[in-house]
Amino acid sequence: MEPVISMEAYLIVSSIMFFAGIYGFIIRKNLIATLISIELVITSTDINFAVFNRFLYPGQLEGMFFTLFSIGVSAAETAVAIAIIINIYRNLKNVDTRNLQKLKD
Amino acid sequence: MDFSNFLILRNEIFSVAVILFLLLFDLCAPAKFRKALHPIACLLLLAQIVFCCLPAESGTAFGGMYITTPISSAAKALMGMGTLLVFLFAKKWLDNEHEIAKGEFYYLTLNTLLGMYFMVSAGHFLMFFIGLELASIPLACMVAFDKKSDISAEAGAKYILNAAFAGGISLFGISLLYGACGTLYFADLPQALHATPLQIAGLIFFATGLFFKLSLVPYHSWTADVYQGAPTNVSAYLSVISKTAAAVSLFLIFVKVFGIMAESWRPVLYALAILSITIANLFAIKQKNIKRFLAYSSISQAGYVILGVVAASPHGLAGLFYYLFVYMFANIAAFGIASLVERQSGNAQISTYDGLYKTNPKLAVLMMFALFSLAGIPPFAGFFSKFFIFAAATQQGYYVLVLIALLNTIISLYYYLLIVKAMFINPNDNPLPAFKSDNGSRLAMCLCLAGIVLGGIAGCFYNYLSNLAIAW
Repeated sequence: MEPVISMEAYLIVSSIMFFAGIYGFIIRKNLIATLISIELVITSTDINFAVFNRFLYPGQLEGMFFTLFSIGVSAAETAVAIAIIINIYRNLKNVDTRNLQKLKD
Repeated sequence: MDFSNFLILRNEIFSVAVILFLLLFDLCAPAKFRKALHPIACLLLLAQIVFCCLPAESGTAFGGMYITTPISSAAKALMGMGTLLVFLFAKKWLDNEHEIAKGEFYYLTLNTLLGMYFMVSAGHFLMFFIGLELASIPLACMVAFDKKSDISAEAGAKYILNAAFAGGISLFGISLLYGACGTLYFADLPQALHATPLQIAGLIFFATGLFFKLSLVPYHSWTADVYQGAPTNVSAYLSVISKTAAAVSLFLIFVKVFGIMAESWRPVLYALAILSITIANLFAIKQKNIKRFLAYSSISQAGYVILGVVAASPHGLAGLFYYLFVYMFANIAAFGIASLVERQSGNAQISTYDGLYKTNPKLAVLMMFALFSLAGIPPFAGFFSKFFIFAAATQQGYYVLVLIALLNTIISLYYYLLIVKAMFINPNDNPLPAFKSDNGSRLAMCLCLAGIVLGGIAGCFYNYLSNLAIAW
């Protein structure tokens, strides 16, 4: 028999991912690591959408569509963010947030 | 299959056509025609504004995913006008520093404008989210437009990372709303909302994305850095058009979709308005850099805009629209003059403005008008816009909120006058020498002057917006 995983188990995983992403965004000092944290936040949302759709509203596909679009949009966002980070690397020769301190009075 | 439904999207379709045309023109046009790029872009944008202003009835497309109303068309026309002013100011900067990449500026800008069109006429959270991201991803490219300058790159990284983070949290909120309601159509959501804890959590997470775009106070920390590092014309775009889209969609979504949960969100907006106005005012006083100064000023202006959402009435909507209309002229004029002075002097310090009146009287007087309008001194338009938005909030009984906002107007007058004092009174042995600005900037400054002076005295603008808002 196929083991049954409850909806709550999925939601716990996605919540942990979400808050891990927020935590990483705040404490990581490397721009790439920050970007990975943002991806964690967005991916946790994708899990949420898919799980809610599968368990609560199995007759429709709204959540699945949302997941597909959010994956596409986050890919575009990552591409632009990476391009900007590469540009920073060219200018400053590293990608550490502690070196991004030029903008102040 | 019936395609006539697509015509409801005509503003967006026109906008996509303009973007594609400019892209192809930039790619394929021979070198001698490339000079025409700027006039063509401006004319096409002007055509688009006229197109948005044409009377159109309300309609929905794609099963309610997309909604157009007269008020959303007015918002689109407003954002188009702001973009046109930014284009006019940007010409010289693009010609001087980005001869090869200048085409990209136009279609990146128009892409973000397209995203904002979708934001204000979304009928489903998916449409709204795609609009939000379409508006913020190309904007990050524009912030990082000066590829060689490290402050521009730094500002770009700060903007894209913060925008993506806020977008992610907003998306998480939408997922909670989906779980709690089972639908994401704006038309169906009100029946499913009962202010359960999960729905409130979803609403707050969702609103983060909009608050970030409006840069209200707990979400504002990126603003000053990004405005300072971005090219000045892009800062103008960020501070006006991007905020207009966020404010209008904030009103439409909060009042139309979450109107039932008003008891839950009203205290939040109430607190955000007070915090934004007060804290940004206090920070603005000690700024030494004109762009940081205008950034804090724009945060506090966003706080005033929120008063219209708190009022949540047709008068609130009319007041909010009118406020954004007037704020557009004043703020673009201030940023435009900042960009002209920055190009001449090579820095953006407020001390550069010492004695500007002696050498460049016209520029100094327009800057003074713009700052007076931002501060809300009669007879400039800013006074009337503040008056109407305060009146809308008072009508709903928010006396304390209006009192705090009024007191803050006095504080803001102090720091706006600091700049005026620098231009007119501060002695300076070698002020910025007199310079002539290019024709595009001059035209933009004349339009801004007309907006600042006539926008308040001529009552037709407010009447027009108020009729639209009551019909809504």
